[in-house]
Amino acid sequence: MNEYVFLYRGGSRPASPQEAQSVMQQWMAWLQDLAKRGHLKDQGQPLDPTGKVVAGKAMTITDGPFAEAKDLVGGYSLVNASDLAEAAELSKGCPIFERGGAVEVRPIMKM
Amino acid sequence: MEPVESLFRRESGRMVAALTRVFGVHNLSLAEDVVQESFCRAMEVWKFRGVPDNPSAWLMTVAKNRALDVLRRERTARTFAPELTRLLESEWTLVPTLDEQLSPPAIADDLLRMMFSCCDPQVSEESQIALMLHILCGFSVDEAAGAFVATHAAMEKRLTRAKKVLAQSKRLFDVADAQGFSSRLPAVQRALYLLFNEGYHGASPEFAVRNELCQEALRLVAVLQGHPLGATPATDALAALMCLDAARLPARTDSAGELLPLADQDRSRWNRDLLIEGERLLQRSARGPELTPYHLEAAIAWVHANAARAEDTEWSQIVELYDMLMAVRPTPVVALNRAIALAQLHGPELGLEAIDAIEHRERLARYPFFPAAIGELELRAGRPASARRHFRDALRLARNPAERRFLEQRASACVS
Repeated sequence: MNEYVFLYRGGSRPASPQEAQSVMQQWMAWLQDLAKRGHLKDQGQPLDPTGKVVAGKAMTITDGPFAEAKDLVGGYSLVNASDLAEAAELSKGCPIFERGGAVEVRPIMKM
Repeated sequence: MEPVESLFRRESGRMVAALTRVFGVHNLSLAEDVVQESFCRAMEVWKFRGVPDNPSAWLMTVAKNRALDVLRRERTARTFAPELTRLLESEWTLVPTLDEQLSPPAIADDLLRMMFSCCDPQVSEESQIALMLHILCGFSVDEAAGAFVATHAAMEKRLTRAKKVLAQSKRLFDVADAQGFSSRLPAVQRALYLLFNEGYHGASPEFAVRNELCQEALRLVAVLQGHPLGATPATDALAALMCLDAARLPARTDSAGELLPLADQDRSRWNRDLLIEGERLLQRSARGPELTPYHLEAAIAWVHANAARAEDTEWSQIVELYDMLMAVRPTPVVALNRAIALAQLHGPELGLEAIDAIEHRERLARYPFFPAAIGELELRAGRPASARRHFRDALRLARNPAERRFLEQRASACVS
C-alpha cells in the first residue's frame, strides 16, 4: 500500500444550513465508505478560506486568498492505495465533483 | 446521538432564540444570520471529522464565537438588547456576559420565549405558525412554502411582514410574567393546534412534509408542557389530541401511498406508544373545571383509538362528544364531522339532513371532503348517480394527487 494525499480544490460552498447539512452527510458517507474498504489513512481536515502568504527573500506578508476560488484548497485527506491509478479511481466518489470542485491526487514521496 | 439530517431543525430554533435575546428582538435577522453561518462552519468541519457526541453544545460554542465577532464589530453601529447594552459595550464584561447569557440555565426558556413572541396578537394566525416553523423549527422559506402550499415569494412576504411586527415589539415576550403568560397561552395553544392540523389535514401533497409538521407540533407542545405555567389541563389535552391523531399517521396511506379512510386503515399499524401517551395525557388533562375543545377533540380521537375494528366504534359516544364540541366551537367543519358520526349511528338519511342544516356551509365550499361526505352518504342511501355527482364536485376541489386518486376511486365505485 502507498500513501496519497487528496487535496480538495474549489467547489461551491453551501448557501444554506440545509444545503450544508446534506453536503456534510454526503462527505461523511463517502469518507466512511473509504474507511470501511481500508483506504482511509486519515480523514484529514478542512481549511479555512482565509489566510496569509509569506513570500520572497523579504518575506513579504500578504493576505489571502492566493488562488482563484476554483483552485483554493479547502481541505485534505490521506488515503491508502496500491498505486496512483487506484488512488485516482477512489477519488471519483468524492461529493466535491457535484459542486464543481476537483480532487488533486498526490503520492507522498518515498525514498 | 440525534440523526444528522435533523440537526438544523432541532438546534437552530433555540440558538436563534438565545441570540435574539442578546442582540435584541430588532436584530432578529442578525441572529438568524449568525446561526446559519455557525451551522455552515460546523458542518464544514464535521464533514471531515464526524459529528461530535454533543453537537448542540458545540454549535452553541461556534455561535457564541461568531456572536462575539459581531458584537465587537457592530457595537458602535448597532444597539443590542437594551438591558445588556452596557455590559456588551465594555471589553471587560463582554465575554463573561455572553458566556452567562448563553449558558444552559439561561437558554432553558428561550424556545418558549420565542414561541410566545411569535404568537403576537398583531401577527395573523397563519403568519404565527409560519413564523414558528421558520424560526423555531428551522424551516427555510422554501420548506415553509412547501408546507403551506404557498409560493416562495408569498411565503417570504408573509415572514418578512411578521418579522417586522416582531422587531417593532422592542423586546421578546417575558415568560416570567405569570399574568402575561396566561393571557397569551391560548393563542400559543391555538397556533400549535393549527400547525398540527396543517400537517394532519393540510393540502401539502407530500406525506413526508405533513408528518414533519405533526412531529414539530408535538415537539413544541412538549416545550410548553415543560414549563410550570404552560402545563395546564388544556395543554395536556392538546398534546393528547396530537398524540392520538399522530398515532394513526402510519396507517393513513397504504403500501402504494394511497389515502386510506379511517374505516379502511390497518389498525395494527397505529403507533402504540403514541396511543398510550395520548391516553395518559388525556387522563391527566381531566383536572380542574375547564373543558376545552382540545379535551373534546382528544376524547373523540381516543374513542376511535379504542375501537379494535372500525365496526366496534362507539358512535353514540362520538356523537355526544361532537354535540358538546358544537356547543363550545360551532364551526362548519365540526358540524360536518358531527353529521358524519350521526350517519354512522342513525343511518345516511339523518346524516344528510344534518349536513343540510349546517350553518355557514358556504365556508366549506373549497373543502373537498364536504361534497365527498355527501357523496359517501348518498351512496350508502342507495343513490349512486347523485353520489357520483358529489364525488365529481369533490374531485374538482382536490388539493393534491393523492386526494384526486382517492376521490376518483370513490366516484368510480358509484355504479348504479
